Amino acid sequence: MPLLEVSALSKRFGGFVALDGIDFAVAAGERVGLIGPNGSGKSTLVNCVCGTLANETGTVHFDGAAIDGLTTHERTRRGIARSFQLPRPFVTLTVADNLRVPLLYTVNARAGQTLTPAEVDARCAELLALVGLADKATRLPRDLTQVEMRKLELARAMAADPKLLMADESMAGLSHSEVDDIVGLLVRLNERGITIVLIEHIMRAVMQFSQRLVVLVSGKKIADGKPDAVIRDPEVERAYIGQ
Amino acid sequence: MTTAGEALPWGELLDLSFDLVINALIAGILLGGLYAAVTLGVSISFGILDIVNIAHPAFIILGSYIAYIVNSRFGLDPILISIVMLPAFYVLGAGVYQIYYESFERRGQEALRGLSFFFGLLFVTEVMLILVFGVDYRYVEAPYIGPSWHIGVMDFPLRMVVPCVAALVLFAALELFMSRTFLGRAISAVAQDQLALRLMAASPIRIKRIAFGISIATAAVAGALLIIIQPVEPSVGREYIGRVFAICVLGGLGSLPGTVIGAMLLGILESFTATFYGPSWAPAVAFGVLLLTLAVRPAGLLGR
Amino acid sequence: MRTRVFLPILIAAAALVFLGARLISNDYVFFAGYTVLQFVVLATAWNILGGYTGYVNFGSAAFFALGAYSTVFLHKLYPMPIPILIVVGGVVSGIVGLGMGYLTLRLRGAFFAIATLALAVVLQTLVVNWDYVGGSRGAYIIRPNEVALIGPYIQYLFVLMLALAVIALTTARGIERSQLGYGFATIRDDELAAEACGVPTLRLKLVATTLSGALMGMAGAPFPYYIGYLQPSSAFGLEYAVNSIAMPMIGGTTSWVGPLIGAILLGSLQQYVTVTISSSVNVLVVGALLILFVIIAPNGIVGLVQARLHARRK
Repeated sequence: MPLLEVSALSKRFGGFVALDGIDFAVAAGERVGLIGPNGSGKSTLVNCVCGTLANETGTVHFDGAAIDGLTTHERTRRGIARSFQLPRPFVTLTVADNLRVPLLYTVNARAGQTLTPAEVDARCAELLALVGLADKATRLPRDLTQVEMRKLELARAMAADPKLLMADESMAGLSHSEVDDIVGLLVRLNERGITIVLIEHIMRAVMQFSQRLVVLVSGKKIADGKPDAVIRDPEVERAYIGQ
Repeated sequence: MTTAGEALPWGELLDLSFDLVINALIAGILLGGLYAAVTLGVSISFGILDIVNIAHPAFIILGSYIAYIVNSRFGLDPILISIVMLPAFYVLGAGVYQIYYESFERRGQEALRGLSFFFGLLFVTEVMLILVFGVDYRYVEAPYIGPSWHIGVMDFPLRMVVPCVAALVLFAALELFMSRTFLGRAISAVAQDQLALRLMAASPIRIKRIAFGISIATAAVAGALLIIIQPVEPSVGREYIGRVFAICVLGGLGSLPGTVIGAMLLGILESFTATFYGPSWAPAVAFGVLLLTLAVRPAGLLGR
Repeated sequence: MRTRVFLPILIAAAALVFLGARLISNDYVFFAGYTVLQFVVLATAWNILGGYTGYVNFGSAAFFALGAYSTVFLHKLYPMPIPILIVVGGVVSGIVGLGMGYLTLRLRGAFFAIATLALAVVLQTLVVNWDYVGGSRGAYIIRPNEVALIGPYIQYLFVLMLALAVIALTTARGIERSQLGYGFATIRDDELAAEACGVPTLRLKLVATTLSGALMGMAGAPFPYYIGYLQPSSAFGLEYAVNSIAMPMIGGTTSWVGPLIGAILLGSLQQYVTVTISSSVNVLVVGALLILFVIIAPNGIVGLVQARLHARRK
């Protein structure tokens, strides 16, 4: 049974159809890439899965249960984490405290999982080390560089100890080596057992990372399969060249 | 005895009620006109620009007092005075927006600090008016304040008819401006797509400043209309905060026609409440409407 | 400093204030002091919602007046000791805060702010039309002259308000340092991201609204006894709305110290202005200072001090 299953999902904004009957499944442990031109509905799909937006039709199943009515924080507690396209750190909290929030409110909120303050601190330190921000623990987000903020964004999503991570365009505006950095980090996270859906524009990163590639165009899924095959699909070529 | 009264079989008592009802309805619609004029500015600043200018009633009262001063000194018609004042209020609005933008919008702090800024403006204006004019009620004089038209049992007090007509003219002018001119459409667009606007070589900030200036300019007219309908003293503005936002939400944010419809509805509701339950309950009506709308249909009647 | 240590220190400070006031054998100190302490409670209460979560309450007067009018209502029914009235005032205001929050907090912060403003108007309308509590004519509360152990009645009221101030400040400080405080800060910084991190934003906002409303109601409960003759226009007065916002904003919204500083400074300033010039100029001064600070020093006095210290450290 897939970890995440989206069936016949539709979402409209007034007269504009952002998502049109999307069927999308992710197996546990998979690395899925989600690509598509601007405005194709990728972020809308992420928002619907995470509960930020409510879908009009269709269902979202996670870990065997339907999660359609649940709020975002309830879904996070069930194991869906996301990073935002434009980093949204908590600006008045230190870098370390940014990570403390999901630890306190998600991990500790799960039944039978309460961490002691010492354990919380330890996990914070561990995550900071994992993303390479250990020396910035007491700084404020505004003191971070672009790539550091994106790492913080990912670390914060990771702090929620998710089963599924939806990484929304974590690499826009980064240099070549910085992109490799992040891809490496994501692969390491996946090796720890976290299912990852990577939404990206940077083709190199997507091809490197994904075991499966899904293509969205104008709210519809037009391809879903092995990356090499999908890239060669004439419809996909058309969608991108047409842009 | 009216024809309507004779047609119904229940005699005098219903006659009286019918008179009350029809006149409450008329008063409500006419009052709605004023409410529309008062709210149109906020429809632009809040509905389109997303700026919570709760100081708007203060600008309106300012307009009322200016109309009062010039009217009592020179005897000019209040509506005329307000038209002359339009440029001054526009400049004032543009200036206020510039401060608002520099201090809050640019730093992303509109939520708390922007609101507090306007709140401070509201009170400072009210208190300054109290210090200068005192708390006595002020009123204007004009040939149409006093007489009424009578058509059957229906009363049309001219002091309410003229402002209502003026309000509708104001609405029509604004609506034409927003839909037919480049600037007007740019203003509608700035709420939705700043990037597209920039690509069209229009500066979103300049557009917003113009829009906010227009929003405050409408307050000049609304103020004159207000003081024609009722005597004004500095704290009158506060009664209108709830009304204005209730109408905005009821009509649907960003929709000028929605504002007019919402204003009429609220006017009628208040009028009926005042007629059958007493005028001291009227302020509660707006809040009830606001809460109900927010709970049931936050997008309003014609909202985007 | 743990709360275990902080609370006794604060209580000791409060006791010192009271004894100091007794030494100045002038009743005016108690009357003026009561007002300043009342503002400490109101400003701190406002800040729990406004400063910590970022949701602005324009209707502090409504919650304050609810406390005052609960007292009037109960006083006519069956006179009771003020501490009980304080609890009742807190409960009533807390419930109203909860109800209003439930209706409006799921929408944008702007709607909540507007709703609070309208709430004040509506409650005032209700009270004006309710003869049992005096309506627009007002209600008289006759208070005893002396209280055992303390002396003049005003000193008793002063002690009560001192106690409320200690409670408010301890609560605010306790929240700041707790998990709840983190939750509030995330709501203020970025509500969407907070939800994504598992913070139950609606629940926390309701907690803040209820707590804030309750504290304001508690501050209002002794007011009829203080003033002797309660009219809607004084209970719902201008100064409560402006001050509960201005004091935290000028003092600094990110810490419990801000509202305290703001209340003491502005409260004293206003006492001075009222006595030397007039009470309308009062509100003018506060409003003007609010506008000034909000534009120039958005983090208030606490923020200015912190910036100075930060610069010095570099």
